[in-house]
Amino acid sequence: MYAFDYQKPSDVDSAVAALKSEGAQPLSGGQTLIPTLKMRLNMPEVLVDLSGIESMKGISRDGDTIHVGAATTHGAIAKSADIQSAIPGLAHQASRIGDPAVRNRGTIGGAIANNDPAACYPSACMALNATIVTNTRELSAANFFLGMYTTALEEDEIVTAVKFPVPSGSSYQKFDQPASRFPLVGVFVAKTAEGVRVAVTGAGSDGVFRHEGLEQALSGSFSADAVGGVTVSSDGLMKDLHGTPEYRANLIKVLTKRAVQEIG
Amino acid sequence: MAKDFGIGESVKRSEDVRFVTGNGKYTDDINRPGQTYAYFLRSPVAHATLDSINIDEAKKAPGVVGVFTGQDIADAGLGGVPCGWQITDKHGDPMKEPAHPILAHGKVRHVGDPIVCVVADTYAQARDAAEMIDIDFGQLPAVVDMKAAAEGNPTNVHDEAPDNVCYDWELGDKEAVDSAFAGAAHVTTLELVNNRLVANPMEPRCCIGDWDSSSDDYTLYTTSQNPHVIRLLMGAFVLNIPEHKLRVYAPDVGGGFGAKIYHYAEEAFVTWASKQVRRPIKWTSDRSEAFISDAHGRDQVTKAELAMDAEGKFLALRCDTLANMGAYLSTFAPAIPTWLHGTLLAGQYATPAVHCRVRAMFTNTVPVDAYRGAGRPEATYILERIVNKAAKELGLDQCELRRRNFIRDFPYDTPVAVQYDTGDFDKTLNKAMEISDYANFEQRRQEAASRGKLRGIGLSCYIEACGIAPSSLVGALGARAGLYEAATIRVNPTGSVTVLTGSHSHGQGHETTFAQVVSDALGIPFESVDIVHGDTSKVPFGMGTYGSRSLAVGGSAIVKAVDKVVEKGKKIAAHLLEAAESDIVFEDGQYKVAGTDKAKAFAEVSLAAYVPHNYPIEDVEPGLEETAFYDPKNFTFPAGAYLCEVEVDPETGKVEIIDLFAADDFGNIVNPMIVEGQVHGGLAQGLGQAMLENCVYDEEGQLTSGSYMDYAMPLAGDLPMFTVSSEDGTPCTHNPLGVKGCGEAGAIGSPPALVNAVIDALRDHGIEHIDMPLSPNRVWSAINAASHKQAAE
Ligand SMILES: Cc1cc2nc3c(=O)[nH]c(=O)nc-3n(C[C@H](O)[C@H](O)[C@H](O)COP(=O)(O)OP(=O)(O)OC[C@H]3O[C@@H](n4cnc5c(N)ncnc54)[C@H](O)[C@@H]3O)c2cc1C
Repeated sequence: MYAFDYQKPSDVDSAVAALKSEGAQPLSGGQTLIPTLKMRLNMPEVLVDLSGIESMKGISRDGDTIHVGAATTHGAIAKSADIQSAIPGLAHQASRIGDPAVRNRGTIGGAIANNDPAACYPSACMALNATIVTNTRELSAANFFLGMYTTALEEDEIVTAVKFPVPSGSSYQKFDQPASRFPLVGVFVAKTAEGVRVAVTGAGSDGVFRHEGLEQALSGSFSADAVGGVTVSSDGLMKDLHGTPEYRANLIKVLTKRAVQEIG
Repeated sequence: MAKDFGIGESVKRSEDVRFVTGNGKYTDDINRPGQTYAYFLRSPVAHATLDSINIDEAKKAPGVVGVFTGQDIADAGLGGVPCGWQITDKHGDPMKEPAHPILAHGKVRHVGDPIVCVVADTYAQARDAAEMIDIDFGQLPAVVDMKAAAEGNPTNVHDEAPDNVCYDWELGDKEAVDSAFAGAAHVTTLELVNNRLVANPMEPRCCIGDWDSSSDDYTLYTTSQNPHVIRLLMGAFVLNIPEHKLRVYAPDVGGGFGAKIYHYAEEAFVTWASKQVRRPIKWTSDRSEAFISDAHGRDQVTKAELAMDAEGKFLALRCDTLANMGAYLSTFAPAIPTWLHGTLLAGQYATPAVHCRVRAMFTNTVPVDAYRGAGRPEATYILERIVNKAAKELGLDQCELRRRNFIRDFPYDTPVAVQYDTGDFDKTLNKAMEISDYANFEQRRQEAASRGKLRGIGLSCYIEACGIAPSSLVGALGARAGLYEAATIRVNPTGSVTVLTGSHSHGQGHETTFAQVVSDALGIPFESVDIVHGDTSKVPFGMGTYGSRSLAVGGSAIVKAVDKVVEKGKKIAAHLLEAAESDIVFEDGQYKVAGTDKAKAFAEVSLAAYVPHNYPIEDVEPGLEETAFYDPKNFTFPAGAYLCEVEVDPETGKVEIIDLFAADDFGNIVNPMIVEGQVHGGLAQGLGQAMLENCVYDEEGQLTSGSYMDYAMPLAGDLPMFTVSSEDGTPCTHNPLGVKGCGEAGAIGSPPALVNAVIDALRDHGIEHIDMPLSPNRVWSAINAASHKQAAE
């Protein structure tokens, strides 16, 4: 680790002000950032800790929208009764991230700002057509996630909340990468008023994506058989030690089918 | 008195109190006054000349007390890191043994090769300064793939080893094997990879060098499985420090698995440099560094052929193996694919002729050496996989084919140079079949099929050789050390006992097991026995802990020393009891005059030894302390049968281990709970190798699986509860405890059991083999390819 200054503001405005200084970077749960600091892969001059900002924490339901503060931990999302009943796929997704230590520290805001190509939440955001709220604007998930580790966030802009429309059905199926236990492929299926949405994480070489073929087939007939009829191409899918593009393509289908079966 | 703590009791581990309360004392917990910190700048490339190294800025950096390069080491005339075993090749020539400098000099040969060491007041300062060092690398092509290395690679890792061959070695009667193959009714062939592993002990390596300016003595605190061996190798071969000026102390060590046997460059460096900077120097590896500096394990490729008659009787086995040594020879590396591997290729079978050829290859990768099982898992994997393939080809049940070939008469001389003293292979197979309900497997398979799962059951019958010995034999085979063990029994005046043992405990529970042995033998309370190990300044000598040798060899030394104590005690007791020495018997902690009720307790006799007022001083010296060295007559041969039951999800290729049923013959058992724990740990590591772990280099020699993001360690949730049994073993015939060793068995027997189970589960797909680790992707690809093939047919 290199030396850095540390600030812990208690509201969004002071956080944004602090982030204007040279080499400043937000710190949320630290579950991604701290390891990179320890390995000296990153050298911020100031860390602005967002965990003291109460307005960025917590979960509430407002009609057909679930509002999650960006500094809310995975553990809190997994245990939230509101989310468990309204979006069981999201509660389950949070419950499968890392281990208890990671879930009790890591936050949804940090996860989506980081946009790891194997992160879980981007799939929920895309499938549920979530709105990402920042200190300056609101963006649809599709406009927020711009590819591997890339988002629409500007300098000094922080995610403050995520708003999830409540779907009529949701399921997240995660197939673990054997080493990191991040998703080798994760598929989030949501049944919404506008149709079925299928978002895939862990597989695309450009990060999270929605699969049109699967969505169309499932919007026509919400059944495992409908999934069977779709061809999932391996083009543009990632290749690494743990999965070939072909294998990932297979998993996308299998996991989608299982999600459909779970939603019923 | 000692009954609840005696031999055969599952005494709770006394050391665990300090471990589970965070009071263990590990090397990194030790801090010496004025201590500095070392940071090793390591090679980021696999193979390159070191064209220039500029350390000027680093030397001036804050807190820096010294910056050292390979040139400094050469100028000081230090030796290289030595190898402890010399193999003689098939032509009678010694293996190629290139220099292994403490800091790279002229060339780097693997990613992680240390180039410069910065010593500073703090670790962060040392690391900061290292970032100011400029090195010009003259990149060379890397030798990574062993097969390519063997087929005339134009690049050589070492000039003195053309074609990158360290040795070309063979064992067994080639002619007899060739003629058996010529007359065979059936031949089964198989090519397999024994995947490369990273040991990953929970505690990373750490060492502190501490030179004493007043006495000119050196102390090395280090994470070692064998401090005396380190003292010998480092003192005699590297730093030229005589034993009486060098203390090596390995306190609590958080797991070794082989990787902490070896003498490493960092140990020699901190010891030597502590005198140069006149302050103690600590180095602690971080996890990323461990991946590129701890010796790796396994990494062999083998082509095996098994010749059989029409009834499935084995006629001959032939193996041709390429074994990866990495870039330099680690301490025991050359012995692993040879004497610890070739000698086990008879397995549990009466195969009359076996021939194996092993070519050890240098590559631009981290050195490879013993890892839990060391050579024996590789042999077992080859044999137990090819036997299952043969059973399938012959249409025989996997248990039946083995029974047709079991060795049943002991002692048995194998065609690969070892003699099994005892065993009962039918018994362990019967036990495994019983505890797994093998007979009803078909029902379970059908039930699984109704859930869309492919269920399989796989057998592996292993034998291993523990407690490598005797010293005269291992010397003839190339070992540069003896393989005995030493123990001192120090009876304190009031009857408590301090045991100094050359074995080292780093998870094995010696402090409990050894205390049980002593408490049982002397009839004194378990709590009155203290086990001291790991410190060359306290323990007279020792060869350490590896190869499941501690109880069989170290425990036997303890028994011998206890016997000497009892004998001396008899002389003292005879005097005190006014009886003839020949009439004194020692029972239940009492010296008794046979046939009378006259007796003296052990503690009374020991008190007399230290307060010799009424004492046979003419014949017997005061004091009660005895040392014994024990050099075994033979190896011990633990053996067993493992059945693994799995379910494969054909849609994803994911393997679920339903259970692993282990029936082991470890001879006599001192502490069944500790033995069970050792088996569990071994199984976890073996199944980890079979299903998850894989150390992968890319073509440039970069370690692709260099962190836990890509190197898959087994987690508790990946494993079943295990059903294990090690009752009623056949006692070892040549050591006083009748024990054989249990530390590695699980890691040796389980990989082929799992692979056999998966291949069995895929029986309808015509899949003959999948290389470890059986990752979901690999299993799915095999199923997918087989389905396409079947569709095309
Ligand atoms: C062992 C382990 C296993 C894991 N497994 C999984 C898994 O299975 N699936 C999964 O999805 N993730 C997994 N993770 C990652 C985990 O979810 C992290 O918590 C998450 O990726 C980052 O969130 P954080 O709150 O810890 O962010 P931090 O580490 O604090 O920050 C991450 C990045 O986001 C920036 N940032 C943080 N908050 C904001 C904000 N509000 N606005 C703008 N930028 C911000 C930071 O500057 C930094 O660049 C795992 C992590 C670990 C250590």
